[in-house]
Amino acid sequence: MTTRIPASTVRLAAVLALSLGLLACGGNPSPTARPAPPAPEPGFGDAPSSPPSTTATEPRSVPPEPILRDEGIASASLDDLNRSSPLRPLFFGYDSSEVAAEGRGVLDANAAVLRQNPTWTVTIEGHCDERGTAEYNLALGERRAVAAREYFISLGIPADRLRTVSYGKEFPFDPGQTEEAWARNRRAHFVITGR
Amino acid sequence: MWLAGASVAALAITVGAQPPASQDPPPQPSEVRTTITSGDIGAPPRLAVPDFIPLSADPDTADAARVIAQVLWNDLNFEREFALIPRDTYASIPAARSMYDVPLDRWRELNADGVLVGTVQRTATGVRVEVRLFQVRTGQSGFARQYEGSLANRRLYAHTIADEIHQEQRALRGVARTRLTFNSDRDGERLGGTIENRGVKEIYITDYDGENQRRVTTQRSLNITSVWSPDARSIAYTSYRRGPPNIFISHIYEGTLEELTGNAGNNFLPSWSPDGQRIAFSSTRDGSGNSEIYVVNRDGTNPRRITNHPMADGSPTWSPSGTQIAFMSDRSGSPQIYIINADGVGQPRRVTTTEAYADRPTWSPAPYNEIAYAARTGPGNDVKVLDLATGQVTQLTFGEGTNESPSFSPNGRHIAFMSTRAGRHHIFTMSRDGRNVRQVTRLGNNYQPDWSRR
Repeated sequence: MTTRIPASTVRLAAVLALSLGLLACGGNPSPTARPAPPAPEPGFGDAPSSPPSTTATEPRSVPPEPILRDEGIASASLDDLNRSSPLRPLFFGYDSSEVAAEGRGVLDANAAVLRQNPTWTVTIEGHCDERGTAEYNLALGERRAVAAREYFISLGIPADRLRTVSYGKEFPFDPGQTEEAWARNRRAHFVITGR
Repeated sequence: MWLAGASVAALAITVGAQPPASQDPPPQPSEVRTTITSGDIGAPPRLAVPDFIPLSADPDTADAARVIAQVLWNDLNFEREFALIPRDTYASIPAARSMYDVPLDRWRELNADGVLVGTVQRTATGVRVEVRLFQVRTGQSGFARQYEGSLANRRLYAHTIADEIHQEQRALRGVARTRLTFNSDRDGERLGGTIENRGVKEIYITDYDGENQRRVTTQRSLNITSVWSPDARSIAYTSYRRGPPNIFISHIYEGTLEELTGNAGNNFLPSWSPDGQRIAFSSTRDGSGNSEIYVVNRDGTNPRRITNHPMADGSPTWSPSGTQIAFMSDRSGSPQIYIINADGVGQPRRVTTTEAYADRPTWSPAPYNEIAYAARTGPGNDVKVLDLATGQVTQLTFGEGTNESPSFSPNGRHIAFMSTRAGRHHIFTMSRDGRNVRQVTRLGNNYQPDWSRR
């Protein structure tokens, strides 16, 4: 449970995300493992443009491992991806939904990650500390999420990749009752909901 | 000293265990009703409620006779219309064996103005409960009723008797059969499918006195801001069960569920119109991501937007006539309470002018014309009441923890609210003057009470 993510983590996450993206996009998706064919037919498993002559005598090497791994990742990776926190949370001032200069830096970095992963869709959660009323915090959380969304849109991230939801003060990140805890709870939290 | 049995018998009527809510007054042929009054002018009548008399020998009947009297004492004490004589002072008075040997002279020694005497008797199908309110000075009966039904919910007999005594003797609509709905994390369940460890909140109901607490939703998701329909047969609430928040309606007697709002934006904080035909709520469905107040028909048709401002509008509550809606808006820079016509025509009028922060307005029932709300008073909030006729503000809680989410009882004499004064988040009730605070919930954390209107 980290709140401040070092830049190296973001880079690592970006590399991880990039490699995952490559795996996901690697060729015509054929999710099943294929054994090396003993008597391969011409053009087996390949695009129609492949020259048929090259398959006549030599069995082509088909890398089964990445394909196998791809299937596992595709079905269960969103949680892992979110756990690695490629998108950093954005923090707000007391009773505020203003994106300050430091926050713009966070959103710029997040936008870069989103540009590198153009298929990702993101739900932006708006959260509040416990001091306001539960009812008003639903509206305040919404406005925090919308503030982050509008900043992303201003950077060219398509609006249809960005959803917002307000949780008010229902899900504090830190249950403490200190200034530090409250500061950690006044946040926009980014969850990758599709890729 | 005793009374004329014949006149009492003429008054006795039979009521089922689940009495219809709109209880017509019993036939009063040519009887002049006896109202129990105090010997001291202006003082509330002093009332004694001894254990009911078990007319059958089994332990269940004896138990019911004791429980009904205790609950009835509590119910009558709740409204403060009578001065209830503590039950532990009755020991010196011999227990009656029937309605006809009540030692009224002994009750007079205890300075009682009235004594409530009841019997419990087994029948072939359940139980018969008979009750009479004797005026101690004259021996006349001011109230006499008979009830039949099952023994399953003994407390309901007491609640029904209390409501009918308040109606007949004090022309007061009691709240003994009303209930509260609220949300709670008491079961400690966790949300699935999230990275952060997040607890669920589910919708609950309870009798007004904290008994019979029951869970309504079982979704293992975030369910908040539950409100009763005016007929108290349905509960609307905000649920995140499908991701974005939407408004659902649970029909608690049918066991059915419907969704009021579709996939248009995020939808929060439902509020039922007094006639039950419309529901107001907050929504971001206009696409800007900014919450506005909408009103939709009860069946989900014809949603119309009644506020239009780039700042947030939320927490709608209806006036008793259904023609106006009070709501929270931070258009001035901080959350404040405003009133707008329910059809959205005209400009909103700000009604809180002295608060730094005011939220969750709740409009009182008639004849009071007040709005209760939570105001920031320090590190936390306190419940205040604004009299709309005079503009006068009355503070009801004073910094014991934070105090939020007020909701009026249907007779306007009590307010339910959430407070952290006992450590965690719990539901409390208090009188409209801030006195007689009672804790309703004891388990987990509990939020956002709404008091049923019947």
